[in-house]
Amino acid sequence: MKYDQTIELQAYNNFVKRKKFIFVITVFITIIVALFAVSAGSLDIPIPEVVKTIIGKGQIQSEMIIMGIRLPRVVTAIIVGASLAASGAVMQCVLQNPLASASTLGVSQGAAFGAALGIIVFGGGVVNSDSAATAITINNPYIVTLCAFVCGSLSTLVVIVLSQFKKDLGPAGLILAGVALSSLFTGGSTLLQYFADETKISAVVFWTFGNLGSTGWAEILILTIVFFVALIYFLLNRWNYNAMESGADTARSLGVNTRTVMLISMGIASLTSAVAVSFVGIISFVGLVAPHIMRRFVGNDYRYLIPCSTVTGALLLILADTFGRLIIAPVILPIGAITSFLGAPLFLYILFRGFNHNG
Amino acid sequence: MVKIENITFAYNQASRKILKDVSFDIQKNQCIAILGNNGAGKSTLLKCIDRICPAQEGMVFVNSSNVFKMTKNEMAQNIAYVPQSSTSINMTVFDSILLGRKPYIKWDITSEDRKTVSDLIQKMNLGDFALRNVSELSGGEVQKVMLARALAQEPKLLLLDEPTSNLDPRNQHEVLRIVKKIAQEHNICVAIIIHDLNLAIRYCDRFLFLKDSQLFSYGGLETMTPENIEQVYRIHVHIVEHMGIPVIVPFPEEKVI
Repeated sequence: MKYDQTIELQAYNNFVKRKKFIFVITVFITIIVALFAVSAGSLDIPIPEVVKTIIGKGQIQSEMIIMGIRLPRVVTAIIVGASLAASGAVMQCVLQNPLASASTLGVSQGAAFGAALGIIVFGGGVVNSDSAATAITINNPYIVTLCAFVCGSLSTLVVIVLSQFKKDLGPAGLILAGVALSSLFTGGSTLLQYFADETKISAVVFWTFGNLGSTGWAEILILTIVFFVALIYFLLNRWNYNAMESGADTARSLGVNTRTVMLISMGIASLTSAVAVSFVGIISFVGLVAPHIMRRFVGNDYRYLIPCSTVTGALLLILADTFGRLIIAPVILPIGAITSFLGAPLFLYILFRGFNHNG
Repeated sequence: MVKIENITFAYNQASRKILKDVSFDIQKNQCIAILGNNGAGKSTLLKCIDRICPAQEGMVFVNSSNVFKMTKNEMAQNIAYVPQSSTSINMTVFDSILLGRKPYIKWDITSEDRKTVSDLIQKMNLGDFALRNVSELSGGEVQKVMLARALAQEPKLLLLDEPTSNLDPRNQHEVLRIVKKIAQEHNICVAIIIHDLNLAIRYCDRFLFLKDSQLFSYGGLETMTPENIEQVYRIHVHIVEHMGIPVIVPFPEEKVI
């Protein structure tokens, strides 16, 4: 049969359109779920009223609930989920490891150690027994957030410095260095807790559960700025990531400075995760699972994988948080536990279907 | 057209040199075979030429321009490299070849990039697989995809590291026939690492022997002598002619020195 170039180009254009369509559909579902998440709660607010309130035409009562409590929570879920998922997708590429995420490089463990340090050593936590849902609060969140961020970033910094001393340390070496640091931070957290009193231990444990309800608009602004800076860098490098998927030598031959791209991407991805985790606590699996879900639909093409994973991360975190808020209301289940609880079976499913599959 | 001057490489200052002062040139449309034992430095030589391994000394000129002074993108527009074994590529054939356009892409691909890829798919006879995943293809087809990706870079020098390893005889000949045709049609210089001396004689114009990290000999068919082969590979051979084509026949195993 004679080869028809027009048909083939058309087929490729349709193939690309399908990926764009998947992105649009994911965004649409995320918006619907986000509106539902804002409307649902102890006082149900109809979605039209939610929309009116967001555009500034709602009732005062709705405005107080939505703008003061629910919308910051949902927006936090969107930005944190998106940050973790975009970082996860990029880490999986530059480290050439399907299990790479903030936890792999010790960011989460570092942040948890930092939070323990902030609460136990710098006195950032107290007990408040008003209700079961808010049995323990952290009275000086800024010191805890700052410590979590510094220690979360520290692990990345150490890994990058190590790689500068030993230039031939490849992706596998960086991951092993991350594993070693994770162990170090976990040990440090255990030691800190061993010498702390019960109330402080409770505060540390509470922090590690994760909480999307503690961020105000100021914190959301910081999260958003960091997320967008990272996203722009990731998108600018999407062709480099595609080249790196074909192996380091091929990527270098295509003009990619693989080492620089790997280190800068890893640094930015880790810092973005560290910022997210330091504000809301440990949230597992979103950074790992979201890119793998999207690989099934759009393949390993980072032009589409980064935006689609980002939106999927946001969607997963809103779903997990809404589930945690509504399942045994008024008790709010910890988001970290929900993401692990729902993420693990999902991850096992992906594992059994095979990691890599092109869309 | 391509001039390689005094390439010297060692992994670090203290370690032994993998390449010592290797110099040669390749004329337009020429296909040269890089020959030598395992560990002679063949793959390292190609990687040094493409700056995948940075040589301690030496220069590479393509059309009189020193490629080591070019930016990474400019270099990728001049030299394309196909590694010995590509990692499992989870990408469609079209997207994989499209990667070859990376050195030219500013923000996104243009219709011209798509057309170039489509032309190469046609040329390589890969039309039936355009939207299939590369990991689902046979060894011969994957090698053609890799060649197409390298050609999408529109290079002036094409470096191929053992393109025929893992291929059956039919695919070995097909891939090398394509390479030879490409060198002629696209006016490019090609350097191929190859172990099968008979294939090298059949498809290459010049033969570069590497021995003990140094250039042992470089020239046309006249350098493909039993003496040279014995010294480089430490194996006795006969060269006989069959239908006008020289054929290298190794001695039986017991006579190997």
